[in-house]
Amino acid sequence: MSLTSSTTVDKHAVAAGAEGFLRQQRARHGEKVVFVVLLLAALVSVATTVGIVISLFVPAFQFFQEVPLTDFLVGTTWSPTFANPEFGVRPLVVGTILITIIASIVALPLGLGSAVYLSEYAGDRARRALKPALEILAGIPTVIYGFFALTLVTPLLRWFIPGGAEVPAIYNALSAGLVMGVMIIPTIASLSEDAMSAVPSGLRQGAFALGSNRRQVSTRVVVPAALSGITAAFVLGISRAIGETMIVVMAAGLQPNNSWNPLEIHQTMTAFIASTAAGDIATGTTVYKTIFAVGALLFVMTFVMNMISIRLVRKYREVYE
Amino acid sequence: MKRTPLRRVIAPAATVAALALTLTACGGNNETDGGGDTASGLTGSVLIDGSSTVGPMAEVASELFNESNPDVKVTVGESGTGGGFEKFCAGETDISTASRPIEEDEVAICEENGINFQEMVVANDALTLVINTENDWATCLTVEQLKTIWEPKAEGKITNWNQVDPSFPDEELTLFGAGTDSGTFDYFTDAINGEEGASRTDYSPTENDNNTVTGVEGSVGGLGYFGYSYFEQNSDSLTAVQVDNGDGCVAPSPETVADGTYQPLSRELYLYPSIEKAADNAAAKAFTEYFAENDSTIAETAQFIALNDEQKSLLDSELADFQSAVDAV
Repeated sequence: MSLTSSTTVDKHAVAAGAEGFLRQQRARHGEKVVFVVLLLAALVSVATTVGIVISLFVPAFQFFQEVPLTDFLVGTTWSPTFANPEFGVRPLVVGTILITIIASIVALPLGLGSAVYLSEYAGDRARRALKPALEILAGIPTVIYGFFALTLVTPLLRWFIPGGAEVPAIYNALSAGLVMGVMIIPTIASLSEDAMSAVPSGLRQGAFALGSNRRQVSTRVVVPAALSGITAAFVLGISRAIGETMIVVMAAGLQPNNSWNPLEIHQTMTAFIASTAAGDIATGTTVYKTIFAVGALLFVMTFVMNMISIRLVRKYREVYE
Repeated sequence: MKRTPLRRVIAPAATVAALALTLTACGGNNETDGGGDTASGLTGSVLIDGSSTVGPMAEVASELFNESNPDVKVTVGESGTGGGFEKFCAGETDISTASRPIEEDEVAICEENGINFQEMVVANDALTLVINTENDWATCLTVEQLKTIWEPKAEGKITNWNQVDPSFPDEELTLFGAGTDSGTFDYFTDAINGEEGASRTDYSPTENDNNTVTGVEGSVGGLGYFGYSYFEQNSDSLTAVQVDNGDGCVAPSPETVADGTYQPLSRELYLYPSIEKAADNAAAKAFTEYFAENDSTIAETAQFIALNDEQKSLLDSELADFQSAVDAV
């Protein structure tokens, strides 16, 4: 008996010594707590998205029971807060797209150029100095960009552009678009550069071995190989431009404009939402619901952008072992 | 091996304990605040919302009030006269500021929600039209010309100054004005276009008067309007338009408002304290009394046009009515 008991003890001792850490000796509540906390953290973003969709689309749906969808999409006058309101969203969409295009014209080449330089041309020291500088640009509050556009870029444009001291208007799409382009350069540059750095160096070395120069390696090997990541960077940058609010409120103005002239005052969808929500309108009114209708349209626009982006990313994805 | 579980127990327990301590500490602080050992002994908060025109005056009043009552937190919002009354009649604010008298339908909503109020005229205002300092042709405009510019049928058509008057230069007309939620918008459309709320819509409407200041400052052909105090603060960068109501050009100023010659854009500015809230909240009552009793000082400090003697005695009786109504609750 004593023998058996001693062997049992021995077994236990061995177990505790060698495998004790591997075997669960008691319920690990801490582990469960961690699991639940992490799950909650992941669920917060999902729940937020669901909440946004519900809170956005329910009032938007009510809005479209009061205002026909066709009036909203086809109409060319936007004056929902006035005595005889009109709900043609086109001027706001024109302003949004116009400013986004200007921002893209600035940001896509400059962002991609910086990325190619940082990834393919820059020496180690240059990269270490430039990358943080680029990232500082991403950290500047957009209010500051708005000030920059209104008080520096617009006067400069007035000086450069012929047509008198009044061209462009004090609030205009061009100035806001240019500054917004500068704002999204870091997003595009940083993400593109990550994608290019991920291209296996064997590809580069192979191209060099065949006698290519740096430019050929960059444009014919690295950029095509990283195209999926670069596309994702472009789309993310453009989505940020569509959703940007503060710069356009401050520099592009608050007057809906159906013309495509970038030198004129323009109100974007985000600027309308921001200025109307700040004006404190009564809940439940049609004007109140316009905010959600415009917001829902904005959501749909960026959502479609992201869908396209996912498609493109898949299409251009190159997989190296 | 014993340490790990112990730490596992202790760490969360300590966190919880710390949290609880913080919470009690916070609660304790509040209680000490409530006890009050300051100059006036008055604590609490006063919520004010309404006109962006009157806002700066309420702001100054709260600063002066805080000198003797440092523990009262006064919050001044500027959602526009209409927006302010909506909150006020829903019982969300203690005091509403207004740049026009309260309207009948707003009174009805207040009554429905059991909110009684006392109307007080606290200052005068000259609704001021402003132009760019380089504009030398429109320094005086007739009411007719203003109507030509701002009436609903001008929308999309009157876009150049030479359409307003053939003698004016070929200069683009860039308009900035009040948002539709503001009493300034209601008053201006009523006085100029003859119907409250009737206006062209192709201009930059905003409750943020600084947007108008920047816009007119940056456009030679710019024209905008807002309360006199905003002009007073920006008189270096903007020119005020004289208004001709048939008896010659009159510039907006404290004098022309006081003698009644600046027409039709002179108006009174209002404070609407809630009787029920004042009975409930000693701070709101004290603030209202302070505002009424020191009205001239506040108006002067905030660069508003002060009341004349007749209006002053009216304000005194309005204050007395307010106090007796609050006591009666």
